Amino acid sequence: MSFITYLINGISLGSVYAIIALGYTMVYGIAKMLNFAHGDVIMVGGFVAFTAITTLGISPLLSVLISIVICTALGIAIEKIAYKPLRKATPLAVLITAIGVSYFLQNVALLVFGSDTKLFSSVVNVPDLSLAEGQILITGETIVTILACIVIMIVLSLFIKKTKSGQAMLAVSEDKGAAELMGVNVNKTISLTFAIGSGLAAIAGVLLCSAYPTLNPYTGAMPGIKAFVAAVFGGIGSIPGAFIGGILLGVIENLSKAYISSQLSDAIVFSVLIIVLLVKPTGILGKKISEKV
Amino acid sequence: MALLDVTNLGISFGGLRAVDSFEVHIEKGQLYGLIGPNGAGKTTVFNMLTGVYKPTDGKIVLDGKNITGQKTIQINREGIARTFQNIRLFKELTVLDNVKAGLHNDYPYSVMTGILRLPKYYKTEKAMDERAMELLEVFGLENEATYLASNLPYGKQRKLEIARALATNPKLLLLDEPAAGMNPNETKELMDTIRLIRDKFDMTILLIEHDMKLVSGICEELTVLNFGQVLAQGKTSDVLNDPQVIKAYLGE
Amino acid sequence: MKMKKTTKSNLITYGIVIVFYIVMQIMAGTGSLSSLLKGLLVPLCIYSIMAVSLNLTVGILGELSLGHAGFMCVGAFASAFFSMCTKETITNGAIRFVIAILIGALVAAIFGILIGIPVLRLRGDYLAIVTLAFGEIIKNIMNVLYVGVDGSGLHVSIKSASQLQMDETGKLIINGAQGITGTPNNSTFTAGIIILLITLFIILNFVNSRAGRAVMAIRDNRIAAESVGINISAYKLLAFAISASMAGAAGALYAHNLSTLTALPKNFGYNMSIMILVYVVLGGIGNIRGSIIAAMLLTALPELLRSFADYRMLIYSIVLIAVMLFNWSPKARELRDKYSLKN
Repeated sequence: MSFITYLINGISLGSVYAIIALGYTMVYGIAKMLNFAHGDVIMVGGFVAFTAITTLGISPLLSVLISIVICTALGIAIEKIAYKPLRKATPLAVLITAIGVSYFLQNVALLVFGSDTKLFSSVVNVPDLSLAEGQILITGETIVTILACIVIMIVLSLFIKKTKSGQAMLAVSEDKGAAELMGVNVNKTISLTFAIGSGLAAIAGVLLCSAYPTLNPYTGAMPGIKAFVAAVFGGIGSIPGAFIGGILLGVIENLSKAYISSQLSDAIVFSVLIIVLLVKPTGILGKKISEKV
Repeated sequence: MALLDVTNLGISFGGLRAVDSFEVHIEKGQLYGLIGPNGAGKTTVFNMLTGVYKPTDGKIVLDGKNITGQKTIQINREGIARTFQNIRLFKELTVLDNVKAGLHNDYPYSVMTGILRLPKYYKTEKAMDERAMELLEVFGLENEATYLASNLPYGKQRKLEIARALATNPKLLLLDEPAAGMNPNETKELMDTIRLIRDKFDMTILLIEHDMKLVSGICEELTVLNFGQVLAQGKTSDVLNDPQVIKAYLGE
Repeated sequence: MKMKKTTKSNLITYGIVIVFYIVMQIMAGTGSLSSLLKGLLVPLCIYSIMAVSLNLTVGILGELSLGHAGFMCVGAFASAFFSMCTKETITNGAIRFVIAILIGALVAAIFGILIGIPVLRLRGDYLAIVTLAFGEIIKNIMNVLYVGVDGSGLHVSIKSASQLQMDETGKLIINGAQGITGTPNNSTFTAGIIILLITLFIILNFVNSRAGRAVMAIRDNRIAAESVGINISAYKLLAFAISASMAGAAGALYAHNLSTLTALPKNFGYNMSIMILVYVVLGGIGNIRGSIIAAMLLTALPELLRSFADYRMLIYSIVLIAVMLFNWSPKARELRDKYSLKN
């Protein structure tokens, strides 16, 4: 029975990874860059919600909305100021800039909120679920996280399939130049992608802090890296890939914590990634890239 | 016996038959042309000959040795060198170093010799420099030896690519559209250079080309590919007057 | 002519390092070196070696690696382990230290080849994430590793020290998250400079040799390199192994500079790998001399800015973004062209 509990908790953790990984994968697919600062947007999302609830006494639901709005704006601003001028730069220069943005966000948070870890009170107000005569206990946070992930996946897929902006995103990810010639506003599309990714990061931040109620300026870094791994795992650039990669990663991490070693869980997660990439060099759902001679 | 004997060569990508029952026999010292409309499978043939693609069936024999399915580097050591349709130079290396990279296998010394700067390092590097300069002189590139390859004008980049291929000391040289992007003057100069290579190095050359002036000017024999199959083969003048070939090129 | 140009450039690079050494020694001799700066001398060498060796992978081989600190970690632990085991048997500190460095380099090179195998199959960002994963795995494993030695040999556990079940002569060497304590402090500024010079010697000579040319040819055009008969796999592995072995030597210096060696996110995590990558990029990709200068300036700067303690990392991040924007944004390029001295 405990296996099922571990599994469900793993799916819940994986759902958070999947939501973060979506941000990585969309930005990668469209702007062809690794947005290293994405993990730190999660942290900002957490702090905004924390401040709203604890300091300002705003209701949790409204706080989450405020957090989403602020992170969305932050994502757009980061893209405008730091990444947009570098469209023609080498990928490495963009990567270093993203690292700079990541340090910047961490250190601003450090100055504003201090380095001590804050206790985050859960925004979720759903009762825990007890199954099989109390042998399986599923927390409200777990339920909400999994549901949120599923809803986000469906809405995002519909958005991309059904709306003009979504189609524009697909077009830009396929071929930026051709999309521009077809009348797609590439800059606006990239902006939109960062906005969506950062908004999702805010949601992920709040869910993550609700499930693991601690918050400090480095909270976003490791989940960010893991979500990045999840995105690569599933095939970077692929939205279903981010979902599958995220869930798998969460489940593997939780099960190895439970059954192998809690201290080695990260090593196991990363080893699985290396093995997957050795078998399938572009991830589970990644497209095969071949070079024309 | 022919230098290059290709029989029944074919390759499929998924369900698509890109090249089918391709045959060609090239004598030593010959200047041979491979022509055909875009998408006929010419470059695919080159890629099979050089081991970039593994043929699905057929046999490639170079100088009496079966090289079918070998890897690119092995095939290069057996004696086939090539240039590329879209020039592939080592852009951040100097012109001289591009050619020296081609001399890689013929002028060996160990990694440790290089790091410790043993006498053999200086001796071999000097020999390499001399050989590379000789090759550059053939192409009139000796004054640009210290330039970065990416800084050369287009026509000279094409020549450098040929010089690099020759540096590997091949028996057979494959040129993939050497005149692409050249003006008539440059093309004429290129024709002279190709003839010169054949005579000076006693080289056998197989080239893909769209420029009919070049093809009819220097190729002794031709093979025409259309939709992956040999449409015509033989003496240049005969092939170019073949009604089927004219139809393939001009349409009906 | 060309040979002389590269030789001259190499001599300038060695010269910079030697002049730096002499100036620091004179300053130390006259007592004008602050204790803060004194403590920085060995780290300056360590991070220079790290940057130079990473430049071999990133600049010369052209593959992005985010796990360079992992090789440093392997080298640090392997060399410290050796020094701890032979503390009593090899009494000559200098000889033991030299062997320790060689062991650190060798073990890191072996790991370099191991991690180099995926390098052959993967490209670009996929490779970057695998190297990052590798660094994290190493750090993670080092935190749960317990190794002890007793009369019957080596004991290894990943659970706890008591699980080693050693007899009473047993000596615990690697104590899980507490790492290795009591490594002899053999790393001096002089030792650091010597290893830095050796690293430079190896890399600069490698780059200007047949093998280096092959590696750069692969970087510039893999398909063309193959077509002239260059063995891609062999040279990629070679470059990766050399780069890793130097990081291992830097790790050995690191381990013998501290009394306690632990694998923390801040010294061997991906953040450190990224920090080294920043040195390489700011110093100029493929520019070995630039790597040293960037590593030295950027290691020293945050430390010297201690009076701004709270703001220094913030300043650092802003500088990083500003430099990238200045170098690459079209507007900044226009401005530079307009006001450049040449016109």
